[in-house]
Amino acid sequence: MSQRIQTAAGTGLTALAVALLAVALWTDRPVRASEADAVDYASPLEVLFSPNGSRIYVLCQQSDEVRVLNASTYAPVATISVGHLPRGMALSTAGDRLFVTNSWDDTLSVIDTARLAVVATFDVGAEPSGVVADRSGKHLFVANRISNDIAVLDAHSGAEEKRLLGGRGVSYLTISPDGKRIYATHIYPNPTPHRTAPESEISVIDAARTVVLERIPLHSIAGVFHTAFSADGAIGAAAAYHPKNLVPLAHLEHSGAFAYTLVLFGPAIGQPVEIPLDELERYASQPFGVAITTDKSRIYVTAGGSECVIAIDLARLLRFLHSHPRPASGSFASYLSASANYVIARIPVGHNPRGVALSRDGARLLVANRLEDTLSIIDTRTNRVTRTVALGETRVVSAMRRGEQTFYTAGQSFQGQIGCASCHIDSTFDGITWQLEPSGFGRDIVDNKMLENIKDTEPYKWNGGNPDIPTECGPRTEKYFWRSEQYDNLTLADLAVYIRSLPPRPNRWRLANGELSPAQERGKAIFERSVDKFKKPIPEYNRCAYCHSGPKGTNQKLFDVGTRKPTDNTGLLKAAMLTNIALTAPYLHDGSAPTLEEIWTVYNPDDKHGRTNDLTKDELNDLIEYLRMR
Amino acid sequence: MKTKSNDRVLLIALAVALAAAPAVAPQTPAASNKAVHRSHVAQHIGVPKMPRYLFENFTTANGLPDNHVFAVLVDGERIWAGTENGLAVYENHIWKVYTTNDGLAHRAVISLALDKRTGDVWAGTMGGLSRISAGRIESFTQLNSGLSNDVVYGVSVEGEHVWVATAAGACSYNVRTGQWQLFNERNTPMLEIWVYGVSAAADKVYFAVWGSGLLELDQTTGRWDKYEDPDGETELVLFKDQGLIHEIVSSVSYVDKIVWASTYFGDSRYDGRYWHNFLTKDSGLPSNFTLFVKGVDANRAWFCTDKGLAYYDGVNWAVYRPSLADGKPEMTVRDANGQVTSVPVTTAPAHNYILGIDFAGSDIWVATAKGLSHGIYQSSTTSIANKEK
Repeated sequence: MSQRIQTAAGTGLTALAVALLAVALWTDRPVRASEADAVDYASPLEVLFSPNGSRIYVLCQQSDEVRVLNASTYAPVATISVGHLPRGMALSTAGDRLFVTNSWDDTLSVIDTARLAVVATFDVGAEPSGVVADRSGKHLFVANRISNDIAVLDAHSGAEEKRLLGGRGVSYLTISPDGKRIYATHIYPNPTPHRTAPESEISVIDAARTVVLERIPLHSIAGVFHTAFSADGAIGAAAAYHPKNLVPLAHLEHSGAFAYTLVLFGPAIGQPVEIPLDELERYASQPFGVAITTDKSRIYVTAGGSECVIAIDLARLLRFLHSHPRPASGSFASYLSASANYVIARIPVGHNPRGVALSRDGARLLVANRLEDTLSIIDTRTNRVTRTVALGETRVVSAMRRGEQTFYTAGQSFQGQIGCASCHIDSTFDGITWQLEPSGFGRDIVDNKMLENIKDTEPYKWNGGNPDIPTECGPRTEKYFWRSEQYDNLTLADLAVYIRSLPPRPNRWRLANGELSPAQERGKAIFERSVDKFKKPIPEYNRCAYCHSGPKGTNQKLFDVGTRKPTDNTGLLKAAMLTNIALTAPYLHDGSAPTLEEIWTVYNPDDKHGRTNDLTKDELNDLIEYLRMR
Repeated sequence: MKTKSNDRVLLIALAVALAAAPAVAPQTPAASNKAVHRSHVAQHIGVPKMPRYLFENFTTANGLPDNHVFAVLVDGERIWAGTENGLAVYENHIWKVYTTNDGLAHRAVISLALDKRTGDVWAGTMGGLSRISAGRIESFTQLNSGLSNDVVYGVSVEGEHVWVATAAGACSYNVRTGQWQLFNERNTPMLEIWVYGVSAAADKVYFAVWGSGLLELDQTTGRWDKYEDPDGETELVLFKDQGLIHEIVSSVSYVDKIVWASTYFGDSRYDGRYWHNFLTKDSGLPSNFTLFVKGVDANRAWFCTDKGLAYYDGVNWAVYRPSLADGKPEMTVRDANGQVTSVPVTTAPAHNYILGIDFAGSDIWVATAKGLSHGIYQSSTTSIANKEK
């Protein structure tokens, strides 16, 4: 009896499990996996049509691949492995070569599109991102995000001829329809004086002379992503973030943290003008990909945090521009009802839509949904998704992927204004300072930190106020930033899993052989010294290596290093991590030091932030060389 | 006269005073002597044909931000002028001025260099080093970067390195990596750290060091060499053509593997083995006090002195200036035999205190203490189609 009952129970459980599995397989809802599940995602970031329109190339960031699909059936044609964390791709004019930047390998893969194989790999600059080929086939241009420059390569040999100065975090390149100009945008603002509005630019490169011709200034804009042109070259449009970082972020319901905008320029526009994509109560968070239809009727923009594509009627937009006096600033960013004049649709797509591509006839718009492993196919006549193409077999959603989706979506915040990724662009930082707390205008200014490698470096916040990531990302974020409902426990746990998983990117200042350069060796000795140059002992708490100890360069304790400003509520600050510190300017808790040098040349008059005033200029340079390789 | 250390302060003061530029340089014994030997025949058989120019002068009256022009740089159709009150660029007959409001490190721009690969202009100022890239200005100072000192007397670009001469040593900046390397008395044979000029090529970099001669860095081996006045700290030339003419080197130009060095007491040419020195007494130099030199090639060079602009074609000399006596335009030619001939001209550089020069094809652009001058080439049998180095 007992045996039968047990058998029956076992049979029942098995049946239940099978039933659940069947439900999981058949339902449209993705299945949730545990944190331990290792799931290989594709994470499509960019998408391209081949010149003859027969193929689709999909750059898959997480699987380090380019997937090739039949453009009619969307059936897989080939999968081509490239380098680590590919970020940009471009075709040669003839379409016989596909160039892919591998952002964490610092390489460029050259794919023969006939053989569908990598035929060459070129070494390029630090964190290559966007790439374009000039029309003559002579040069490749590669945007290097970390070194803030655009490398000009011989297209055949890959030999680097020179580097052109780009904006900070230069990442996206677009060639004009006539092939004469290349437009470069950057995701972090150029340096400006402390607590002033950010400044960005579009760098315009002469493709034949390979020099920067001009820089289109973008005032109050902090991050610029893809640019698209009308076929006649008369209109250019670039997706941009317009932060309102000079007012408290906690005032989300009053003024908003960002305006998400398009910057329009070109002969048909005249002086560049910025127009908002946001609606009064519905934002277009994290705009990224841009496309303009061949007939100049529509502009499409992906809003990565809003999980939609914004459709703009271009004729109505131009009427709006011609009928409204332009603000002196050239920006309509604060005119929240402006978009009602030209946004004609918000087309829901998958998680974190990014790159877009229009078919040659303009009838189809492809959208890469990065955190859903799908492509949305939009019929541009109806502005509806007609098909969603899955790139992989798996429908499992891991805790980490779910956390990443939470990190990128703006859906949790008041009016869908911001997600974590609005400020932590591509899970990094944004290069600007914010006033996070509602403690009065101009108080408690903080520099935005990079999140990579923050696992196990609690407490968090500059003042160490949050003991762990769930506290940092949970109640504080919900209350002060989102102005919205609390995350459920599972969502918060998944978000923490994702943030804790963020690895540090390769440090570009380390020598390949793992040794230190002579300058780094000398700097290390200064970092670790216990006696100053006058043979006087340095107190333990005043040595670099005491507070910035361990592999991540922090002992996780609070110190007063003499950097408190009248606007700060406390002078006790957590010892900052040193991981990849060379990338994360500005410095100090409030971002008041634009460079590493100024931490000591300007903000350490009393040697409270380490004993440094006995150092000569070359010794300080050595110390900084050492810090840069941490 | 010995150039003792404590005398250097006086010399510095002298240099500063001279840089403040008198309206008309006083008549000097050297100038008077030259006048004695000068032939007043305008042109005669045997007079070498040296380049002639029609000088068009720019001052604050026609767009310059300041008449005191420390440096000039030709960048294709654009002319850059480093002045005491900003960096001016002349293009399409219009002057545009960059100031500290635009991000320039300091109002006084005292040296200029062009990165010919990228078109970026590097400006050394009295308050740091600025990079002007398609209108955007980045400034590096001793506080915000690895720059050794804010007073940037000289700058030169070679490949991915920007070489900088400062009042506290020299340094290089790698534009790819952002790394700085400092050169001073601790790691080079530099006795004094007042570096007034730098000229870089792929093989070697030369530094003009005020009071410490000429320094050479071999980029292949990393080895330093030092060239000093064999006469020691004396203005007496005991050993003619046996070494650098003087320790107080104001400028250096390395062209076609030839070093041209200017000092406050004459000038030198060095081919890696032999020295050839120039003094007023045995050359066409209008003054031994030379502030700047720029080589055209291995044989030809321009010398910027406090008493006019001099051109040397390898044999003959020409001097262009407002007359030291009456300010009237003046051109003289000195042949290999020392015969000096006046050439009738109607224009001259804006002032005889010359601080810099650059070439625009056959034309020249000249920085002076009282304006910028465009020497529009008129005629010559000797082409000065200058090599772009």
